[in-house]
Amino acid sequence: MSQFSRRGLLKTGVAAGVLGLTGLPLRAQTRGGKLTAGLGGANTSDSWDSRTHSDIFMIASCHGTVFDCLTEVAADGSLTGELAESWEASADAKTWTFNLRQGVTFHNGKAFGADDVIESLMMHVGEESKSAAKPIVESIADMKKMGEHQVQFTLASGNADFPYLMSDYHIAMYPAGMIEEAIQNGIGTGLYSVVSFDPGVRFVGRRVDDHYKGDTAGFFDEVEYIAINDNTARMNALMTGQVDTINRIDFKTEALLKANPNLRIQEVTGNQHYSFPMLTDSAPYNDVNVRRALKYGVNRQELVDKILLGHGAVGNDTPIGPANQYYAADMEQLEYDPDKSKFYLKEAGLDSIDIDLSASNAAFEGAVDAAQLMQASMSAGGINLNVVQEPSDGYWSNVWLKKPFCACYWSGRATEDWMFATAYEEGVPWNDSQWDSGDSARFQELLLSARAELDSDKRREQYTEMQQILRDDGGTLVPMFANYVQAVNNRIVSPDTVGNLWQMDNARMAERWSAA
Amino acid sequence: MGNVSSIIFQRLLLGLVTLLIVSIVIFVAVNLLPGDFAELILGQGATPEAVSTIRRDLGLDQPLIVRYMQWLGGIATGDLGTSFAQLNFKTNLGGAGDVGVIDQILPRLSNTMFLALVTAAIAVPLAVTLGVLAALFRNTVFDRVANVATLSSISSPEFFMAYVLILFLAVLNPILPSLSNIFEGMSFTERLEKSMLPALTLTLVVTAHMMRMTRAAIINLLASPYIEMARLKGMSPMRVIVKHALPNALAPIINVIALNLAYLVTGVVVVEVVFVYPGIGQLFVDSVKIRDIPVVQACCLIFAAAYILLNLTADILSILSNPRLRHPK
Repeated sequence: MSQFSRRGLLKTGVAAGVLGLTGLPLRAQTRGGKLTAGLGGANTSDSWDSRTHSDIFMIASCHGTVFDCLTEVAADGSLTGELAESWEASADAKTWTFNLRQGVTFHNGKAFGADDVIESLMMHVGEESKSAAKPIVESIADMKKMGEHQVQFTLASGNADFPYLMSDYHIAMYPAGMIEEAIQNGIGTGLYSVVSFDPGVRFVGRRVDDHYKGDTAGFFDEVEYIAINDNTARMNALMTGQVDTINRIDFKTEALLKANPNLRIQEVTGNQHYSFPMLTDSAPYNDVNVRRALKYGVNRQELVDKILLGHGAVGNDTPIGPANQYYAADMEQLEYDPDKSKFYLKEAGLDSIDIDLSASNAAFEGAVDAAQLMQASMSAGGINLNVVQEPSDGYWSNVWLKKPFCACYWSGRATEDWMFATAYEEGVPWNDSQWDSGDSARFQELLLSARAELDSDKRREQYTEMQQILRDDGGTLVPMFANYVQAVNNRIVSPDTVGNLWQMDNARMAERWSAA
Repeated sequence: MGNVSSIIFQRLLLGLVTLLIVSIVIFVAVNLLPGDFAELILGQGATPEAVSTIRRDLGLDQPLIVRYMQWLGGIATGDLGTSFAQLNFKTNLGGAGDVGVIDQILPRLSNTMFLALVTAAIAVPLAVTLGVLAALFRNTVFDRVANVATLSSISSPEFFMAYVLILFLAVLNPILPSLSNIFEGMSFTERLEKSMLPALTLTLVVTAHMMRMTRAAIINLLASPYIEMARLKGMSPMRVIVKHALPNALAPIINVIALNLAYLVTGVVVVEVVFVYPGIGQLFVDSVKIRDIPVVQACCLIFAAAYILLNLTADILSILSNPRLRHPK
């Protein structure tokens, strides 16, 4: 009891008093009420086909509300079962057995079982598949139905993160034999069934009676998501109380939200990062000293302050962020140091260097401004950066992966291996820095060994070393992590821990929040 | 009257020719847009193979002229095609679920027409009344105020007027909702309430033009000898204007009203986006964003047809309202 100070007691007392006054319950969340959310990122081309989802409106409607995945990343980042109750791996992490939850039914009454899992996964593979989850499912060499409620996956190579991959919002579970119908009408196993869905306009869902998640999740009777792509319209809708919550608030008018006593702002730093990849197989970026000179030429704090208006954190040139399990938080931070830039240029045999940086706001909002700030900060270190403003249209096909140094963004991945396997493994299509064993054989070696390693401490060591390698030698500048910032009306209660993997509490506000 | 129907027929024919030319312009312009559907729908994942798969599926690898002829043939048979987004899912699913562009556009178009009608119901009487009053009290304080107010509202961009109205009517005095997300199954009064702010915004935008034209047309006539005669008979100024001047001023007024109505159908894009109104303008913006060419083309064609039809109506009405044009010597 030595830590029981008078001040501490006062604080808790005051906090409890405030909560009592505002009527926010401390723990108990009660059923009832309605959640109306104004969400950006909607389009007329939206559908219940989870393979095509890429923005928050459908992520929230599909895997957060109407459909379920096998596993779920909880708000604190840990992995829990959703449609899978438990799972176990063989020692080499190659064979995974998933035990499915019993007594689960789809919204049309069909019982959920092993066939649904296998057929839902098969949707993602095949010649013609355009699914974003194709690489994940392709890593499964064999799927076997062991019983009505048990499935066994045999992977091509060991992967300790496999259960995490099954939480991907692209891999929702559809009823076998009627997948087309389910995609047309939105038939899943989620907490809410579809009442009406107008693509790019509105989604309304009603709470399913007797849901397998019971009374601990899905507190609203009804949820309504309204597509509001326009920033100002979204802010207005929240300010005038027509919606309870909005995603992606406009930082320029944030002060107005803060001044409104009925609203609160939720802000989390996740894995979303803005990056500047260099192609390490082309000159001058093939020289590690040039890359190091660039790393010390970026004033990261300035970028966070001016581009993100403070809503973010400085990056350390690794794509692993605070939402990752093995994030090396205490690794020494790269600082802005023009003298070191000069030093590394000397090491490369140069006094100064002229380089082009291709940027467009298609990469991220403010990318061109960020490039110009970097131009200014790098000039002190002898780097003459020329900012090339590229057209937004076709940026991802004409500039990214093609121009030797450009702007880019990543929403990040739930696990280290997933992120590395997407953009840092030798030979993968999205390896935007052409990072391979020629640059660091050790990195690629660690990538493979950590993937199949089930011992958590050993993995931490390996992933920490990999992050160090990327910080010191890597071909990608990751100067900043951008926060997810959303605003909520105090009519709605949300738990203290807010998920930081995706916007809007991992897009699961319908499941986790409740009416006050 | 045989004369009039032959004029209508002539105009309709001309309208069709115009529409054909417009269709060529639309097709070429839309296809000149940089970036394409395959690249935009795939975003960061636009690998060359995935892009070419989608292009092949959608027939985007065919030459422009072939695609134009196919499109034109479709329109002639009342088929506006299928949106790329829908086609893309169809191949994902291997069949099933064919929603044509027409099914996508119709509900949106009827929403936009609803908004246009509400706006017209407010704006036309308001503008004509203001115009008549301004002519009656010309060069007085009332005339000046009406002119300055309407002209300044037409001079500022629509979204600015929209935000001003939101500020005063939704945020500071929460009388009307700033979110106009109407949907099927809403009662008429609810619909009306939700559409009120966008309708008021559009009213502010279109009133000036109509009011100024009414005023000018009437003032123009006030110098005529027959008006002087009416005045000498001892009629009140109001009666002179409404009974004697207005009927003769109808032709230009009808013209400008028709033009503004066409604007209400075609020019609501920005207002719909600001108020989140699910009309054709919002669909249009969404489709341009992902280069969903069939939808963009169909919207453009509808806009063009609306303009042509309303202009035609204006012509015919002004002929009917003017005996001199009805009975040419």
